[in-house]
Amino acid sequence: MAEFFAMNGYAGFVWPAFGLSAVILIGLFVSSLRAMRRTEAELAALKGTDGGENA
Amino acid sequence: MKRKHQRMSLLGLAALAIAGAAALILTAFEDNIVFFHSPTDLVTKEFSPTQRLRVGGLVEQGSVQKQGDGVTVRFVVTDTAESVPILFKGILPDLFREGQGIVAEGTFRNGVFQASEVLAKHDETYMPREVADAIKATGQWKGDE
Amino acid sequence: MHSFANPTRFLRLTRALQPWAAGVALVCLAAGLYFSLFASPADYQQSETVRIMYVHVPAAWMAMFCYVAMAAGSASFLIWRHRVADLVAKATAPIGASFTFLALVTGSLWGKPMWGTWWVWDARLTSVLILFFLYLGYMALYNAFDDQARGARAASVLALVGVVNVPIIKFSVDWWNTLHQPASVVRLDGPSIHPSMLTPLLLMAVGYTAFYAWVLFLRVRTEFAAEKIRALRFRQAAVPPARELKSQEG
Repeated sequence: MAEFFAMNGYAGFVWPAFGLSAVILIGLFVSSLRAMRRTEAELAALKGTDGGENA
Repeated sequence: MKRKHQRMSLLGLAALAIAGAAALILTAFEDNIVFFHSPTDLVTKEFSPTQRLRVGGLVEQGSVQKQGDGVTVRFVVTDTAESVPILFKGILPDLFREGQGIVAEGTFRNGVFQASEVLAKHDETYMPREVADAIKATGQWKGDE
Repeated sequence: MHSFANPTRFLRLTRALQPWAAGVALVCLAAGLYFSLFASPADYQQSETVRIMYVHVPAAWMAMFCYVAMAAGSASFLIWRHRVADLVAKATAPIGASFTFLALVTGSLWGKPMWGTWWVWDARLTSVLILFFLYLGYMALYNAFDDQARGARAASVLALVGVVNVPIIKFSVDWWNTLHQPASVVRLDGPSIHPSMLTPLLLMAVGYTAFYAWVLFLRVRTEFAAEKIRALRFRQAAVPPARELKSQEG
């Protein structure tokens, strides 16, 4: 197990590459999802005040 | 309909012009875009002894020697036509080995290349060690030896 | 193709495809990670660092793929004034920029132990850095004008001008000598990667592509909703009522 994490001495390069990829891609996904939920909720609220004519 | 076609041909012309301009620029700056010179370039072209430049090629088999001071390494880089001896004081990259491609940066003076930096270049072949050994055993190896 | 220019139809399509994109992305990324880290061998030259390839190469492919998608959307917007195409291009830009950033950083993490340097100004690395700046420029230009339509048009023109960089990236390793090695997978005489290493690479590549589609769908829906909000606000504030979501053409 320790051998696996050591990556034959290249742990300092292999793990940051995978870690950063995960952080950036998950971050992109979460921010996109939250922006969509926020915007669609705002639109729904606005349509409510607008009398729902554009539904 | 008409305006669409106008816009399309305008865009097509612009694309052609940009592609043409890019091709011209890249051709004009070809010498600067090239990352390194070959040993043949180094021997045949006239470079000033103070000019910093890069040379790339394969490390010749059996040419790597530690010098008397214990830190300087001397090895020969070849493009099979010409070869140039390189002196380097410092840490060599992990991929540095005889038969591998390298790129060295420094100055070329009196037929010797004084390198301040040595980078390893690897090829586009990827395989497990066992496969590499098996290919070498059958004598089909086209790579570094 | 032009039938997708209808926003309602396009939205319906994205909603239908979204679960598929999500499923393919999750399955392929999970399998790809398993193969990348556990079920693939170390390289005979590069040892364990070869595993960086499985996140680096798909990111670099997607960096170029997203740019082509963005440029195609921009062209369709400029020629046919397709609003949907513009929104797809706009939604693609941050995704492409993220992939380009990842390609640059993971490449650097691979270059240090193997080449002996984090960065060199060779043709391949420099042209990818330019690609990253093109994405940033597109996003900045899009939001640089008070008039949204002008920003969209200016950014689209930039996207199209920059597309000349894509073949330069792809062929830089063949046209000039570079520190970066030539293509391993997309080459005329077939891949020069052992099948045991090609499996994780292709799984990750499919996973990245499906992930792009998934996030793209979310972002396009966001853009549509934001457009409707703008139109509604405009209508509430202004008399006489304005027409929404129509082309800005005079």
